[in-house]
Amino acid sequence: MKLETLNVVKRYGSFAALDGASFKTGDDARVVVLLGPSGGGKSTLLRVLGGLLIPDSGDVRVNDQALPHDPAGALGTLRQNGFVFQGYNLFPHLTAQQNVALPLTVVHGFTTAAAQDRAHELLTRLGLADHAHKRPAELSGGQQQRAAIARALASRPRLLLLDEPTSALDPVMTGEVLDVIRELAQDGQQIVLATHEVSFAKQVADWVVFLAEGKILESRPAIKFFADPLSSFAKDYLTAILKYR
Amino acid sequence: MLSLTARSLFWTLVLLTAAALALYFTFSTVHYRWNWESVWTYRYQFAWGWLTTMAISVVAMVLSVLVGFALMLSRRSPILPLRLFATGVVELLRGSPLLVQLLIGYYIIATALQVNDKLLVGTLLLGLFEGAYLSEIFRGAVESIGATQREAARAVGFNTVQTYRYVIIPQAVRRALPGTTGQLVSLIKDSSLLSVIAIEELVQKVRILNSSSYTALEGYLPLAAAYLIVTLPLSWYAGRLERRFAYET
Repeated sequence: MKLETLNVVKRYGSFAALDGASFKTGDDARVVVLLGPSGGGKSTLLRVLGGLLIPDSGDVRVNDQALPHDPAGALGTLRQNGFVFQGYNLFPHLTAQQNVALPLTVVHGFTTAAAQDRAHELLTRLGLADHAHKRPAELSGGQQQRAAIARALASRPRLLLLDEPTSALDPVMTGEVLDVIRELAQDGQQIVLATHEVSFAKQVADWVVFLAEGKILESRPAIKFFADPLSSFAKDYLTAILKYR
Repeated sequence: MLSLTARSLFWTLVLLTAAALALYFTFSTVHYRWNWESVWTYRYQFAWGWLTTMAISVVAMVLSVLVGFALMLSRRSPILPLRLFATGVVELLRGSPLLVQLLIGYYIIATALQVNDKLLVGTLLLGLFEGAYLSEIFRGAVESIGATQREAARAVGFNTVQTYRYVIIPQAVRRALPGTTGQLVSLIKDSSLLSVIAIEELVQKVRILNSSSYTALEGYLPLAAAYLIVTLPLSWYAGRLERRFAYET
């Protein structure tokens, strides 16, 4: 997979979350990790790459194909991808099973039975078979995030986009979720991951995009980035974040 | 320790007895001479009035929920004129007395449109009036569903209609239920105002009864009971619905 943005601008009022962001990954980057300080534009870039946000200007290309800017086209892009958020964002009125199955029947044309089978299969794979009929409030944070990953994977997305999936979790649950993500990466799932877990990023990333203040400072193969970050900003960031780990 | 149900039952009985005694002594100190025969004489009139009130209320309830839903959606619409129109309608209907709306609606607007069926006009006006209140209850509930839920709905690929249908409304219904119940109970009682355009619903029947039998208060006690017969089960049923929709967030 090749990801590319060209001068992407996304504003919220007068604040530019992305301020002319341009980068290009290699041709076969499988796991792209977005790194950088909070408020630097990671979450916005992730949403723009997945079609969840339409940029005010600039282009996003996935495998050399520009993403459409019109709402209907953007919805089409969106439906090929899967998203996981920092706050899980499961639907609280539905059970884990229903959370996974509902988008399959409503959006992806599954029959009810097929959707239930697929949901059961995924929840079992993510170790939630015994919790399938619980509502989100009855699940731990780690279980909720795994259910959210199941929901995102259910439609076999081209891209799985994860926005700081472990930032709200304690170290044990963080471990549970990172295990799942690593397995997915090993199975060949294409992933975009925004995170502060630098040591985890080192293990799974093929490509790193480092951004701060809405601009992209570095976009390089992961091995090269971690061995020798070019910008002093990235150097300082890595030093600061690894100080107590 | 007794179970909660047993204790609730016990205290309900105590409070009811206390209320009954208080009422009895209040009434007995006033030395009013009750004349229940006259009420009994007019029992069919009374029953007919009650049925009219119920029929008006049920139709107006359905109408008010539909109107409330439409106004709520319009106020959230991206189309500016529609949004302004809905805001204007809500403020006008909520901000002015139902009494005035009924008088102007029936004697001016309905007359101008050559509609003479006062039952139809009254029910329609009542449904519109309560619908304006309901729309704001619905809007509050819908807007209380956070941006993260909307984003999650979009992220799984739902379009706007699907987002409302599967994510926002199921959660909003639960939050709107207590307010909606209160409003529907109000609607049943507000239907008594329809007597100003000479609709012979329950209150109007009781007035007729009181004046033709030269009594002052006899009709009003059964009147209160006749309203409570419907409003209490309505509240009870809504409470059950609330528990059915209950889930932690």
